[in-house]
Amino acid sequence: MMGAVLAVLRRDLRLALRQGADSLMVVAFFVITVSLFPFGVGPEMAVLERISAGVVWVTALLASMLSLDRLFQTDYEDGSLDLLTLTPTPTIAIVLGKVAAHWLTTGLPLIVASPLLAVLLAMRPEGYGVLVAAMALGTPTLSLVGSVGAALVLGARRGGVLLSLLVLPLYIPVLVFGVSAVDAAVMGLDFGPQLMIMGALLLATLVLCPWAASAALKQAVE
Amino acid sequence: MVRRMIPAAVSDPPPSAAASARRFSGHGLVCIRGERIVFANLNLTLAPGEALLLLGPNGSGKSSLLRLMAGLLRPAAGSLAWDDGPVREDPERHHARTRYVGHTDTIKPVLTARENLAFWAKVCANEDDTRATLQARTDAALDRLALARLADVPGRMLSAGQKRRLNLARLLAAPAPLWLMDEPTTALDKGSVATLEAIMAEHRATGGMIALSTHLDVNLPGARVLNLDDFAVDAATAYGLHEDRHPEDLRA
Repeated sequence: MMGAVLAVLRRDLRLALRQGADSLMVVAFFVITVSLFPFGVGPEMAVLERISAGVVWVTALLASMLSLDRLFQTDYEDGSLDLLTLTPTPTIAIVLGKVAAHWLTTGLPLIVASPLLAVLLAMRPEGYGVLVAAMALGTPTLSLVGSVGAALVLGARRGGVLLSLLVLPLYIPVLVFGVSAVDAAVMGLDFGPQLMIMGALLLATLVLCPWAASAALKQAVE
Repeated sequence: MVRRMIPAAVSDPPPSAAASARRFSGHGLVCIRGERIVFANLNLTLAPGEALLLLGPNGSGKSSLLRLMAGLLRPAAGSLAWDDGPVREDPERHHARTRYVGHTDTIKPVLTARENLAFWAKVCANEDDTRATLQARTDAALDRLALARLADVPGRMLSAGQKRRLNLARLLAAPAPLWLMDEPTTALDKGSVATLEAIMAEHRATGGMIALSTHLDVNLPGARVLNLDDFAVDAATAYGLHEDRHPEDLRA
């Protein structure tokens, strides 16, 4: 079973690398959207610093969502999804492999880019480390929750819009605790509880989301 | 003779497709698509070495039956079973024993032919298959379907017939006893059809089973014919209990 999961992971990574534009686009979207805020709200450091954590997180949420529609869509269109649900490996494991690949190609670049954008938004240096830690716990959760949405909208027309309506509300807990952890760190308060809750969210979605997504995929191929 | 033009099989013994010599059967199958009953009360059995030829006009449910047998569709009524238990109770075991070849070619344009095939060999492999076994099987399958020269060509450069052959190579690269083939000869030239017929004959000789739908003449000696029209519900015989028929029965 592990072999099959790794094979799916390797294939999706290889596909993402060969059509590298997708991954790059997510990061580019992240960087450009964040850099719009200083133009919009003005260059006062105090204002930027106040909103920095929120802006980085909201933009990361949107960037992560942007890439979700390709998670299952191409496999659905070329028939690979039929065969993936027909392998001796449980579909839940296949979903885990695909989500892991999605996170490595979109979540990880976002984590790397986030401290740089925090600098751009004049976040206090105490926040950088916690921002990266919170992103490391939060972005896999986003990919997992997103996989359920991506599986549900397969075959729907205008699936992209529908996907955002389905998934964005479910991203709110990650947003709340992600921003709160950074704010706490900047104010010199204890940020442990927020990170722990984010860890709990990750564990809960790790159990529930692949299961829900695989059920949705089986519906989609029918 | 067109058949002679294709070089005979590579000397490798056919993969151990029929490791479990078990019968596969379906009983009282009903398929409903979009509130329309496609077929009802359909029974079928496949014993090792047997082949089932699905015939019927467009929309008679050939593809639906194959998808149903593969486990992609759930039957509205009836059940599918192997000798050692219903499919529903252990779908993963069923998936390990079946290979489905549908209309789509399932080929990633940016992966090479070998990468495409090796991926499917890997995800369908048994736990105890070593990397070397998988590689040998993949190479042999490419060779057999005359794709060895194209092994490093990206999927997007392949022609329709080559894509189809690569898709069929999956059957050899990831062996399983039951092959479900939905119009496998689409886009194939005569020579490739002959190769496919030879591969199917070998598969059956080693105890494999085949269910195949087609519009064209595919040479499947001794195959039983299942005419989907007989199970259409608006036919006069609706809801009569049919057994699947031998060609002799049809002539009568």
